[in-house]
Amino acid sequence: MFLSTGDLEAIWLTIKLAALVTAILYFLGIPLAWWLARGSSRWRGPINAVVALPLVLPPSVLGFYLLIAMGPQGPVGKLTETLRLGLLPFTFSGLVAASVIYSLPFMVQPVQNAFAAMGERPLEAAATLGASPLDAFFSVALPLARPGLLSAGIMTFAHTIGEFGVVLMIGGNLPGVSRVVSVQIYDLVEGMEYGQAHRLAAVMLLFSFLALLALQRRQQKSGKGV
Amino acid sequence: MDGIIAQFALSYPGFSLEVDIALPGRGITAFFGPSGSGKTTLLRLIAGLARAPQGRLVFKNQVWQDDRAWLPTHLRPLGFVFQDANLLAHLSVAGNLRYGAKRSRGRRVDLDAAIELLGIGHLLDRKPAQLSGGESQRVAIARALAAGPSLLLMDEPLASLDLARKQEILPYLERLHRELAIPVLYVSHAPDEVARLADHLVVMAEGRVRASGPLAEILARADLPVRLGEEAGVVVEGEVGERDANWRLMRLEFAGGSLWCRDTGAATGERLRVRVLARDVAISLSRPTDSSVQNLLPGLIEGVGDDEHPGLALARVRVGKTIFLARLTRRAVAALVLTPGQNIWAQIKTVALLDQA
Repeated sequence: MFLSTGDLEAIWLTIKLAALVTAILYFLGIPLAWWLARGSSRWRGPINAVVALPLVLPPSVLGFYLLIAMGPQGPVGKLTETLRLGLLPFTFSGLVAASVIYSLPFMVQPVQNAFAAMGERPLEAAATLGASPLDAFFSVALPLARPGLLSAGIMTFAHTIGEFGVVLMIGGNLPGVSRVVSVQIYDLVEGMEYGQAHRLAAVMLLFSFLALLALQRRQQKSGKGV
Repeated sequence: MDGIIAQFALSYPGFSLEVDIALPGRGITAFFGPSGSGKTTLLRLIAGLARAPQGRLVFKNQVWQDDRAWLPTHLRPLGFVFQDANLLAHLSVAGNLRYGAKRSRGRRVDLDAAIELLGIGHLLDRKPAQLSGGESQRVAIARALAAGPSLLLMDEPLASLDLARKQEILPYLERLHRELAIPVLYVSHAPDEVARLADHLVVMAEGRVRASGPLAEILARADLPVRLGEEAGVVVEGEVGERDANWRLMRLEFAGGSLWCRDTGAATGERLRVRVLARDVAISLSRPTDSSVQNLLPGLIEGVGDDEHPGLALARVRVGKTIFLARLTRRAVAALVLTPGQNIWAQIKTVALLDQA
């Protein structure tokens, strides 16, 4: 067998995590990006910076703070315990929550740029044609932002697959719960199973290349304005 | 009152706008003035795309804005033609037309009539990126009409086009003028468009309305020579009467007189507009018998006003009910001793036809 059962389990878990995080971030990220691109609140600057924070913060630092926040003494931990959800660290839900925060800029920034680039004018045209702001958002803004939305999805998915530091801090290394591909490779290398590590790493390499290729295609297409 | 009442006060650094006008509820009203005079801002205020802190806007007895009320743009029954078409790039031409039609809130929509009026039937499947500038603008006008508006707003629809494209669209606008029952507010800084299309003229400068009234009346004011371009002049509308086939001329009958001009082949009885520039009108005290000028009209001096140069004067000449402007030197005014009420002969050298339809 090319890949072991453990490898396959890790791949399945990783894809599940990335898909879930991307889906959640579409729901959270699009409204946030809309507000950041078009709002006039004085909170826009600080919120923009907070959204971008995961880009510069070492994943272990982010993971550490999230671990504290989600722990029994942290505000999020107290909340989840009050809601009888238990504690998030070392669970799959905790991993999803942490990844959503960690991948937030990869969703928000491309979408925000797409909204900013289209400007006010298509929405003004829609308004003069009788479209309410909500109607115009769905019938004009989202379709025009399609290239940005697709790149954001690809980026978020790929980035979530590649994360390591945050996973280790929040999820640990539990098979089927938090042992994603990157952790699995780390484990294999630790255990000196280089052959196995090679195969899994090659799968990741191929996937990353294909994701970037898809992104490239999209950008070329939208660059032509078709 | 079936017209439009617009009162707005707005100011931001470097610009202020103060407008209080009543506009007719029919025909084409042109907002004319140099760039920065506030005409586009005024149009956007009327559309609800911009909001003045103090404003009152009543369209045919419906309040669109006052101290308490604010009707958002999408609820105003209007069509807006932007300077650069502003078509929705993700939709085809047909999709753009249907976008407004689908959201017309029960107003009468006639897609086919709009498509036919602007001659865009062959473009329906194209994307906006595949249209020329002139085609885009025709689609934009059709799109605005397709939604069945009660008011059409046009913001310099020809300004971004070259001369050839303008000539392509003007006939459609003239058709609009003849066939459309709804009022049109038309922003322009191009004199020829205003002269050809407008019924009512609002002259703007520095955020204020300098004059507002029927086109012929405003153009004929000697106290406020409205320069449609380089030259002061008037626009006269008349009906095609007799023709002189030998010399390829036709006679245009207007209120109180007639003018010979080139025979364009227009049907007898058709209404046409001509532009008569002040510099092409000369004045003599008696009827000249040996002049090359064919259009000699008996008139009355109504007044003499200042022109752009201290050596020049603009005389207002009334022929029947129609006013002409004549540019004279101050010396000529003194030599002929021109005074209001005096009977004179106006010699009109050149008449420029405006309607080509």
